[in-house]
Amino acid sequence: MRYVIIGAGVAGLSAVESIRSVDKVGEILMISDDPHGFYSRPGLAYYLTGELHDKALFPRTKEDYKKLNFNFLNARVTRILRSDHALLIDGKSRLVYDKLLIAVGARALPLEVPGAAGLHGVMKLDHLTDAKNLIKLAKRGKTAVVVGGGITALELTEGLHARGMHVHYLLRGDRYWSNVLDKHESQVVEGLLRAEGVTLHYKAELQEVIGKKGSVTAVMLKDGSKLQCDLLAYAVGISPCLELVNETNLAKDRGLIVNEHLQTTDPDIYAAGDVAQVFDPLTGKSALDSLWNPAREQGRVAGRNMAGRKSAYLKSAPFNVTRLAGLTTTIIGVVGRGKDEDMIGIARGDSETWRELPEAIVAQSGFEINHMRLMVGEKTLVGAIVMGDQTLSWPLQKMIAGKADISSIRDQLMKPEAPLADLLAQFWMSWRTQEAL
Amino acid sequence: MSFLNIFKSDSTRHTVMSSGHVVSESSRCVQCGICTYNCPIGIDVRAHVWRDEAVKYSECLTCGECVARCPRGVLRFAQTDLFVRRDG
Repeated sequence: MRYVIIGAGVAGLSAVESIRSVDKVGEILMISDDPHGFYSRPGLAYYLTGELHDKALFPRTKEDYKKLNFNFLNARVTRILRSDHALLIDGKSRLVYDKLLIAVGARALPLEVPGAAGLHGVMKLDHLTDAKNLIKLAKRGKTAVVVGGGITALELTEGLHARGMHVHYLLRGDRYWSNVLDKHESQVVEGLLRAEGVTLHYKAELQEVIGKKGSVTAVMLKDGSKLQCDLLAYAVGISPCLELVNETNLAKDRGLIVNEHLQTTDPDIYAAGDVAQVFDPLTGKSALDSLWNPAREQGRVAGRNMAGRKSAYLKSAPFNVTRLAGLTTTIIGVVGRGKDEDMIGIARGDSETWRELPEAIVAQSGFEINHMRLMVGEKTLVGAIVMGDQTLSWPLQKMIAGKADISSIRDQLMKPEAPLADLLAQFWMSWRTQEAL
Repeated sequence: MSFLNIFKSDSTRHTVMSSGHVVSESSRCVQCGICTYNCPIGIDVRAHVWRDEAVKYSECLTCGECVARCPRGVLRFAQTDLFVRRDG
């Protein structure tokens, strides 16, 4: 049996571990055109700020890989030849598979602004190579412009600021991450950025990118103003890498469609991670996530299925932890709605589910640094944002995912100035005993 | 006293240093490695988190570097049965 995994991200590695836990002898081959292999993609944010050395981003040693007994091939898969159960590698050699996992991830959408294409110093943050190039440019330059939204745009802003650049962060709308955060939360993040010395520009849209001798030197905004810069970094959204799939007739939508077993419309081909659009049997919908833990779990489930152990992936309440302008923030369940002007589609570290806000009432407490917002449904909590103190984020995650019936405290939660944290803590203690958590 | 303190009542530094160790909530972790990178005695904290295991090394100084530096609030100190007799 030969298992082939395309992609070296967390979904791919998790699938290797999972296959190996079931099949001790089958051949496992991972193929990726990223020469670095498996590393922590979210950790790039901390590498950019200088909190980490690049070598520290690699969680595994050669010995660890030896124990897993699989091979890594640094090459590009150029075609999937489904009828032959084979892959075309680098356009020339053929490689046969029995079971295939597509875990090729997603990549940054290009910045569609006149003048931007091909200009040196116009940067994204997809890979370690991008991060290294950003650091190199930051050493030489003084001023950076960042455009886009969501977590990655902020990581770029904070990273370039930490590397000594003066950063202008351009927002097309009137606040940061408007389809996930509420107005107050956006203001908290923006205030922290300003206090650090970042210059924020609202209702600011790029008209043109200006270069000299092939390198970016300035940006023109639609209001006619001009900002000089040595670097322009963008994060306007990501898109699943579907090129490989385009020439097959596997079902796809925004991502590669898979059922709850992570299986595509070809029973020997599976998909997991950012490239996969996963069917959720509980809601009957299929959605995109670009989150680390769902990718890891999808890889695990796909691996088990590939090795012959039928398993289903059950999507739990989408959940992410991030640091927004230095503030640890947990986003759980459904918290926002609508569209963010700064993004085209999904962002990295994002879930489409966060924006499917049903009828729910908001209860919130806290101020500036420690803040909590709850989305209260009829009988359950449907979402929460916890900024700063994270004591309640784990209980909230469990209560939201477990659809805890909060009827007994709902009225109290809804009262103005309600002591939300205390009410929740008290409720959690009895609920967890009941649920034996 | 706020009810929230029930989460914190057994985690004073003194108690932790004498009887606790570092535990994790692995679903928050993205394996960035800041914990391992900052451990003064070289414990691979990150690998423990991946396996959802507590850091059970007698060498662990419980210095708190990994707990404090984790950007995603993955790690915390907890008392464990290993060192402490629980009443009831």
